[in-house]
Amino acid sequence: MPSNATQGDGHFVADVEETPVGAVDSFDESSKVRTTWSDAWESMRSRPMFWISAVLILFVVIVAAFPQLFSQTDPARGCLLPDSNGAPEAGHPFGFTRQGCDVYARVIFGARASLTVGLLATILVTVVGTVLGAIAGYYGGWFDSILSRVGDIFFAIPTVLGAIVLMSVLPTRDPLTVALVLSLFAWPQIARIMRGAVLSAKNADYVQASTALGVSRLQILIRHVVPNAINPVIVVATTSLGTLIVAEATLSFLGIGLPTSIMSWGNDIGQARTSVQTAPMVLFYPAAALSVTVLSFLLMGDVVRDALDPKARARR
Amino acid sequence: MRINRKAASVFAVIGAGALALTGCTSGGEGGEGGSGGDSAIISTNGNEPQNPLIPTNTTEVGGGKIVTSIFAGLVSYTAEGEIENEVAESIESEDSQNWTVTLEDGWEFTDGTPVTASSFVDAWNWGANPVNAQGAAYFFDNIEGYTPAPTEEGAELPDAPEMSGLVVEDDLTFTVALTAPEADWPLRLGYSAYSPLPEVAFEDMEAFGENPVGNGPYMLDGEGAWEHDVAIDLVTNPDYDGVRKPVNDGLRIVFYATQDAAYADVQGGNLDVLDAVPDSAFETYEDEFGDRAVNQPAAIFQGVNIPQYLEHWTGEEGKLRRAAISMAINRDEVTEIIFQGTRTPATDFTSPVIDGYSDDLEGAEVLEYNPDEAKRLWAEADAIAPYGDTVFDISYNADGGHQAWVDATTQSIANTLGINAQGKAYPTFAEALGDRENQALTGATRAGWQADYPSLYNFLAPNYLTGAGSNYEGYSSEEFDSLIREGSTAPTVEEATELYQQAQEVLLEDLPTIPLWYSNVNGVSAETVDNVVFGWDSVPLYHQITKG
Amino acid sequence: MLWYVGRRLLQLIPVFFGATFLIYFMVFSLPGDPIAALFGDRPPSQAVILALREQYHLDEPFIVQYLYYVGGILTGDLGTTYSGRPVGDLLASAFPITFRLAMLALAFEAVAGILVGLIAGLRKGKLFDASALVVSLLLISVPTFVLGFVFQYVFAIQLGWFRTTVGPGAPLQDLILPALVLASVSFAYIVRLTRGSVSDNVSADFVRTATAKGLSRPRVVRVHILRNSMIPVITFLGVDIGSLMVGAIVTEGIFNINGVGGTVYKAVQLGEGPTVVSFVAVMVIVYMLANLLVDLLYAVLDPRIRYAK
Repeated sequence: MPSNATQGDGHFVADVEETPVGAVDSFDESSKVRTTWSDAWESMRSRPMFWISAVLILFVVIVAAFPQLFSQTDPARGCLLPDSNGAPEAGHPFGFTRQGCDVYARVIFGARASLTVGLLATILVTVVGTVLGAIAGYYGGWFDSILSRVGDIFFAIPTVLGAIVLMSVLPTRDPLTVALVLSLFAWPQIARIMRGAVLSAKNADYVQASTALGVSRLQILIRHVVPNAINPVIVVATTSLGTLIVAEATLSFLGIGLPTSIMSWGNDIGQARTSVQTAPMVLFYPAAALSVTVLSFLLMGDVVRDALDPKARARR
Repeated sequence: MRINRKAASVFAVIGAGALALTGCTSGGEGGEGGSGGDSAIISTNGNEPQNPLIPTNTTEVGGGKIVTSIFAGLVSYTAEGEIENEVAESIESEDSQNWTVTLEDGWEFTDGTPVTASSFVDAWNWGANPVNAQGAAYFFDNIEGYTPAPTEEGAELPDAPEMSGLVVEDDLTFTVALTAPEADWPLRLGYSAYSPLPEVAFEDMEAFGENPVGNGPYMLDGEGAWEHDVAIDLVTNPDYDGVRKPVNDGLRIVFYATQDAAYADVQGGNLDVLDAVPDSAFETYEDEFGDRAVNQPAAIFQGVNIPQYLEHWTGEEGKLRRAAISMAINRDEVTEIIFQGTRTPATDFTSPVIDGYSDDLEGAEVLEYNPDEAKRLWAEADAIAPYGDTVFDISYNADGGHQAWVDATTQSIANTLGINAQGKAYPTFAEALGDRENQALTGATRAGWQADYPSLYNFLAPNYLTGAGSNYEGYSSEEFDSLIREGSTAPTVEEATELYQQAQEVLLEDLPTIPLWYSNVNGVSAETVDNVVFGWDSVPLYHQITKG
Repeated sequence: MLWYVGRRLLQLIPVFFGATFLIYFMVFSLPGDPIAALFGDRPPSQAVILALREQYHLDEPFIVQYLYYVGGILTGDLGTTYSGRPVGDLLASAFPITFRLAMLALAFEAVAGILVGLIAGLRKGKLFDASALVVSLLLISVPTFVLGFVFQYVFAIQLGWFRTTVGPGAPLQDLILPALVLASVSFAYIVRLTRGSVSDNVSADFVRTATAKGLSRPRVVRVHILRNSMIPVITFLGVDIGSLMVGAIVTEGIFNINGVGGTVYKAVQLGEGPTVVSFVAVMVIVYMLANLLVDLLYAVLDPRIRYAK
């Protein structure tokens, strides 16, 4: 371990107190402690993009929580086959699905399940992946070996197989269980990304410096390594939100996802497949809702990334 | 024959299985449908056969269309499902029980050995013998001396003696004694399980199945003609001189895991004939292909079974509720909108392509959409025992492309009866079948049947006889059973048909299955070929197709 | 270094047995009777069921079935499918095609993704960046089956640039279209990842130093920015190799490719233990080798990362 910050090259280094430099380093002890995290918040608040994406996310969350506010039509009832793939008309601004249901109402009411699956799975994957990946990358050794190999095995399990077996064991099929199944097979990806980023970040100068200063390994990991390695994880996590919502559609289609009685964008996207050629708008609306949601989280991810990155902050 | 698992429309999204590359042919040109070439090889879609090509072990569609092309049986089917003699010169009986089969002279297998009475008798005995564990063994179970396989788990499979009912009289004659009279027995004989086998087959059946030697209109294009999971190449058999004499030079059957890919290949000019249009093209294929598109009824029946063991579905209450459900389904709307007219609403339990099909059975009005009557019957049943808010579900295997019609059907039921009805997907066919076999269903289940041979009996007996093989939902009716027995032993086909129709009238009362619709055969062909006619069994009559 | 590689290769052994055991158990736990299901709605004669059960040892307890499988492997026999074909044949026919397809897709997503991500990262907030964002969003939200269908319809059927499905022998030119479809979602990931890393590094000290030293802009971008941005991208690519191989089910279906994804999917549907396990075992090895390669590349890209000991 190169702990040569003070005695390293044999140069004489004066005590800080004995040099005028000390004045530069003096600080106001009464001021609030500024951590990377509180700095980030300060920086985010000042960016319009933060507020735009926050409002978008809030909107999607409100739609998911209170769909009745946005649509008076109960999408589960009163679908009439003669309306199949029908064009928009008064009271039905987006037209009708192949089963003759109101597309607008289904998009509004589908938000809850899709967002629950997407967010829950993303959070699970990110937390598990980040923690395990960080520990593996930072401490290395046998933990890294075991974790990486377990990840390899998990990755190699065909999702179809795992999902069928798991779903037949689980008593219910709801957004929660679907999110669980999806996360189970997606965490190794984030873990690998985090591990790689940590491997590279842990050798940075400031980490070496902190080590030399006697900061504990765990504290270094949390204070310095993770914030500097988290960027790719945020990118992948926000992108995964979208792919996980789409993956739910695949599971539903295989008969191992949400039952058809639970509305979701994924379900609707999957069912719109057969009429892509003749009624593309039926596919368009749920896909657009999905895009807007993913967009808002991608933008938010961008802002958070920038805020966490001292270099990017310094630039502005 | 398996039904609906072959309907790979679901794979359009998920895709899967034995996917095919239009692989290398020995001739080179063969596979490229659109590109012409000197040889008139017809390329068409198929599936990797499930088993080696042994006639008595080929019970699914993929292998079936190959076996039928390379073997010639006693009779073959016309497009309308009538039989005409192929190898047989005559099949005669005085009492419908003891049959005398005379073969035409001069038939040969492609290895040069003659087709004799023994070729049939040996093949049938081998196929029926439990020790050989053939999938189609039960086709011989009505022949005198048939030995059924043991039913207990782990039992040794007996090497049964030859069936006493099969006797070779001379090179070209054999007699068949059935256990009971059966007027339309010859109707079965066009099914591939009844094909003859050459002597070489019995030396090593497994190897024979890889490179079968037949007597049919086509033969394998040399060693390695069957490229697994990719395609099989057949060329015309120059010595064939039967009723199916090909007017083309051969067949290249390309294996597809998804109908969408096969359809795209016809559009792209890589495939000549397609016998299954994917549901994503239902709306457009007739516009696109004009008179090169085919949409005609086929021998496929589809329905919904409500188990006899479920609460609310037994006795008088069950009868009322089944009728209510049946009348709550708007079959016309579902077939028109979801299936775009590729299904025909059902009026009986068989199929319009079968002789004896009827659209005016007594009681058939229960198959018509009648919301008021449905509500009335449902209320009547509720008076016996209130249904409450129990969910009515229709289960299906998610890998079979059933979701759209199940959703539309449950929606129709829910809208009419005001109950909570929904689909229930099983991830695999095995799981869905398991719950049917173990009588563990929570509601109704989709059910389907594709005929092996064109007869009413084949639609009715296996599904609704007490304890029959595919009667998973436990239906049992003495009246129905005795009518079927009488029908199968009736001296003439006309009398049999009459009895089978009466039996169906019993079914209309009890509705062990709620008939929904008949599946049509939907095919298209490229401009490179002409005279594409589909048989009663949904397979094109390949030998008639011309090219170039 | 050699010691490190050797140790990683040794880990293959426990992982192989762990994975095969786990997968075999999962296939064993699949609900339903695989043999009965082989025959669709019509049950076969009892003889067939009994014979098949015995042939595939399905009448034995799980652990015995697994030991049969392992015993087979040690003698070079991977078992057979329910149609009697050796699993080894399936491996030999599916993997080469899938491997070519995956490599082609990987090349597409790596080259195009890194390029687009790099430009977007250098011009953060500009028009190009915004366009890249829109395209990525589109690729994430439009499912593969729609994209594949559209590509096939437009480029193969309408324009006739490609064969509609993959032709005899799966030549490379036929694999281009499916590879593009297959690579689409990963392309979006790579663009976002590269863009993120690049925009981080643009303002990093070493880049300023390099610029101050008077290095040309292209050189700074290539040597300093790009190289230092590659770790997360390389990690993602390493993980993606496997997904491209097993996860190509939809794409294989659309373009009629006889590959790994479809074979495994079908085998899972049929409950065909030996097939699923053998394919997965190969996949585990692929994953481990790909990740080993990635770990070694780390050291090349970032000399501070060392695998000593």
